[in-house]
Amino acid sequence: MISVKNLEHRYGNSVVLRVADWTVGAGERSLVIGPSGSGKSTLLHILAGLARPSAGRVSVFQKDIFSLKKTQIDRWRGATVGIVLQALHLVSHLTVRANLRLAQYLAHLPQDDKAVDNTLAALGVADKASSRPAELSQGEQQRVAIARAVVNGPKLLLADEPTANLDDAAAARAIELLLGEAGRRAATLIVATHDARVKRHFEKKLELAQ
Amino acid sequence: MNLATLSASYLRARPLQTALSLGLLALGVGTIVAALLAVSQLEARMGRDARGIDLVVGAKGSPMQLILSGIYHLDAPTGNIPLAAAQALEKNRLVKKAMPLALGDSWKGFRIVGTPKAYAEHYGAKLGSGRYYEKAMEAVVGSEVAARTGVGVGARFTGAHGLGGEGDEHAESPYTVVGVLEKTGSVLDRLVLTGIESVWQVHETAHEPADEEDRKAREGDREVTVLLIQYASPLAVATLPRAINSKSELQAASPAFETARLFRIVGAGVEALRAFAVVLILAAGLSVFIALYTALEERRYDLAVMRTLGASPGRLFGLLLFEGMLLSFIGALLGFILGHVFAAGLGAWLEAAQQPAVTGLAFRIEEIWVLATALAVGFVAALIPACRAYRTDVSRTLAQG
Repeated sequence: MISVKNLEHRYGNSVVLRVADWTVGAGERSLVIGPSGSGKSTLLHILAGLARPSAGRVSVFQKDIFSLKKTQIDRWRGATVGIVLQALHLVSHLTVRANLRLAQYLAHLPQDDKAVDNTLAALGVADKASSRPAELSQGEQQRVAIARAVVNGPKLLLADEPTANLDDAAAARAIELLLGEAGRRAATLIVATHDARVKRHFEKKLELAQ
Repeated sequence: MNLATLSASYLRARPLQTALSLGLLALGVGTIVAALLAVSQLEARMGRDARGIDLVVGAKGSPMQLILSGIYHLDAPTGNIPLAAAQALEKNRLVKKAMPLALGDSWKGFRIVGTPKAYAEHYGAKLGSGRYYEKAMEAVVGSEVAARTGVGVGARFTGAHGLGGEGDEHAESPYTVVGVLEKTGSVLDRLVLTGIESVWQVHETAHEPADEEDRKAREGDREVTVLLIQYASPLAVATLPRAINSKSELQAASPAFETARLFRIVGAGVEALRAFAVVLILAAGLSVFIALYTALEERRYDLAVMRTLGASPGRLFGLLLFEGMLLSFIGALLGFILGHVFAAGLGAWLEAAQQPAVTGLAFRIEEIWVLATALAVGFVAALIPACRAYRTDVSRTLAQG
């Protein structure tokens, strides 16, 4: 279970995010919606331990992550959280396979080509393993980014605006892939978006105000 | 995937920058290593050639020329001194060992040295084949002379006047090779040794003595070129050179003093070369710094993504630092190869000029320090970029795109 209480995050004097009380059960899928600037990305970063909230309590799978030491948070994130970024940010000079191995290496997990190939196959990009990101289509890059996020078998899958700049068909496919991967791995999925097309796929949601 | 392959993949991703850093570092390290090898080997070689010789006595002139011609056989002699004066010195009680040399002729660029057998023994020479000369016009050749000219025991040759090998030949007085010396690693390898009377004979046969009186007169006029002296006691240092220099026709020069002077002169050039190499290495360090620092801008998303994948700030710091060190290590390694190739090239060039050889195959312990310096430069150059990588604010960086 993920629970957030009295969370507040400030940049300087301006409050960029405020969440009074929010819980997501293990294995559930939830949406974080709100206009841009409402702190959706910041909330995801906080859940991943990438940003420390100014105030409040954050517990992820019964763990008060911000009570951990910084390097422990990094290790915990590598093993527990998968993140799909809006701008994908695949490492451009590494092959698709090396991008996934990078995730295993940085998470201190054994580098397992079988897990890499299985993950790429599940996302339908097995034949692109030796390509570099620039040689892939936008849709293929999205699949690789999802593959990289899930290759370590995360219990928590976070996606930040996964459908931005995608047409309807591609947006639907991206959401299907995320739901499919989360379901297959029994992972908790939290998607931050301002895209109305995504809403119908989710029952639970947290709405953030400006 | 590990730290090394990840670092290397980033270096490969910017080949031009990487090549520039490597090239600068390799040139700097190569220059220093080559200078180190050449100077240390020449010093060692010159020290070996002068070992056990405390004083060189010859005709008046430049003391350095006297040393260069008398010990190293690199320069023309200053002139000759009367045999009687040399013999008088040999009897001096401050002199333990004295070896007269009669110089002036050469064969195919190798100098013919008229001297007693003691001279070869001084350098610990062993006969590879044949025997030592016993009669006039018999000669023993050094190992390099034999190797270059292909002569062996029984071969005959005629010396040429002068040292360049272009003088008039003394065709009427041919030498016979009776022995070949083993390699000594000293100046001996490049010499043709013969009895001192052979040299006299070559220069006298041109005009047969008219009568017994003439012959006696000639004997009285006999000369040697230099006398190599080993002191009997340390006391000689203070008195003998002064006593010799006070005589009008003689000059004494100390090999230790003159070679030290020579290396001070050469040393200034070597120092300049070293300073230039240090500038190259610093430029390489700057190039490593700029390469890593400018790459940070385009890499900030990569670094942020690595954080999302579980990398701690310390690992990003380590990644950048390792990249700088890897760059400087490879550069230094290339520099070592380059330095030894330089030294080998210099050796080949010197050998062609029949000068003391320098080899690229020898290694000096000081090279370790050059490597350590290169690594330190890489470390310092990577430090600031590594600190910036350490401080990457993931949340803000990702918020920007």
